[in-house]
Amino acid sequence: MSKDLFEKFDDHPMVKAHRLLPEGMPDPSAVRMDEVHSQTEATIDGRRTILVGTNNYMGMTFNEEALEAAHDALRNFGTGTTGSRVLNGTYIGHTELEDTLREFYGTKHAMVFSTGYQANLGIVSSLAGKDDIVIIDADSHASIYDACAMGNATVTRFRHNDASDLEKRLSRLPAEAGKLVVVEGIYSMLGDRAPLIEIVAACKKYGASIAVDEAHSMGFCGETGRGIAQELGVEDEVDFIIGTFSKSVGTVGGFCVSNHPKFEQLRLVCRPYMFTASLPPSVVASARAAINALRYADNQRGALWDAANRLHAGLKGLGFKLATDKVESPIIAVCLEDAITVAECWSELLKAGVYVNTAFPPATPAGLYLLRCSVCAAHTSEQIDQIIEKFAQVAGKLGIRPNETRPSGEESKKEQDRPESDAAAATG
Amino acid sequence: MGVDASSLTNKQIRDSICVLIGPLNTKNIPLVPETTFSIDLDLDSLTVMDLVASIEDEYEIVLPLNMLPDMENIQQVADAVEKIVKGQ
Repeated sequence: MSKDLFEKFDDHPMVKAHRLLPEGMPDPSAVRMDEVHSQTEATIDGRRTILVGTNNYMGMTFNEEALEAAHDALRNFGTGTTGSRVLNGTYIGHTELEDTLREFYGTKHAMVFSTGYQANLGIVSSLAGKDDIVIIDADSHASIYDACAMGNATVTRFRHNDASDLEKRLSRLPAEAGKLVVVEGIYSMLGDRAPLIEIVAACKKYGASIAVDEAHSMGFCGETGRGIAQELGVEDEVDFIIGTFSKSVGTVGGFCVSNHPKFEQLRLVCRPYMFTASLPPSVVASARAAINALRYADNQRGALWDAANRLHAGLKGLGFKLATDKVESPIIAVCLEDAITVAECWSELLKAGVYVNTAFPPATPAGLYLLRCSVCAAHTSEQIDQIIEKFAQVAGKLGIRPNETRPSGEESKKEQDRPESDAAAATG
Repeated sequence: MGVDASSLTNKQIRDSICVLIGPLNTKNIPLVPETTFSIDLDLDSLTVMDLVASIEDEYEIVLPLNMLPDMENIQQVADAVEKIVKGQ
């Protein structure tokens, strides 16, 4: 008899972790929202719950203009395009959305994909071909790793956020080979920022092109919300900016913008762009309205950073060990001892009406066990205070003494080195 | 590295890889050419990655991610490193 194809999953880290969930505990990978009341509240298991793990940073999911635009497009253009961008799937909305992206980023070219995952998959796998070399940050998102697996290029990694390690590795590569360095503006699990000025300098020194994934930094970093490259003033030196509509833009989809003179050729060679249906007209219309709104969203940006600061200070005040010592992004990740503590805390928080994300190795760097919060511009100070209060209650109930939550010797060594991970978290 | 890497023998390379594995070999498994990283040494993917980086630094080479699936034991890594340093 031939082997059961599912046998291999018995040893998969995610499957193993899932098996360890105590009986009767809600499953973090099977949460269902029965009603969504606003950007920050939903009904889960019959309870009104504050959402602080949605990546809905700018609260655009209920933006009035975006809702209106989506309604109009739905009526006028139907529920879907039923085709690829290179066949029947390009409507006026798709090219208008690319115009909006060009304006927003001030670039010559923009290309819209059906998801953020596909944008990374398509851009990285197409740009780096057989004789080229891709150099990625070791903590890269799963979509970047998958892009490397899909392409034919030689792939190598550098230590997370370590520009001098990148430079050392670039110096060992053949001078004549085409090189693409791929980094993220903000890393999704810990919410830490890339030292982009130093990274860009290393790339320039060795003639490497650089792509920056701004998925978790678009909307609130930089003067008009273009991301970390804008904030650090290195946009002109970044060759490709990749992004998503599923976070600060409040819908779904992905994109890449660039000034490369031959950029448009990608439409003819990029398989994740060609061999999938284009975004539905309503999604395209809401993305466009939301991106236009982002430009002038200074109030929301202020509110988002206020909320992030308040949550970070509150949780730190309770004695929790946080992934970043200072607020680097709206991602506030609490580091706990082990998977069971994370699962128990998560479950108690949910019962208390607070939804956060869980994250375990190998999806996390440095073997960390996290309760990951992501703050929204629409969170009120009262909501943030309630979240902090629930964290305090749950820690008390479970007998967690946050002040004593310190990694063991080995763990803290690992953490300093900030080594590599599979970073397979599905946040794209 | 002070010495000319291209003059190293396969065994010398293997020995130096064993030195790099040393601190990671917490269960003191005897290191032979056939020792595997994931099963015998029980190293997780993060630790393997660290080891790859230190081997790269030792020889100032690039061990591409694409090659990792074919490097399950110490001998296979030594062979891959030897091929790269002698090809330079």
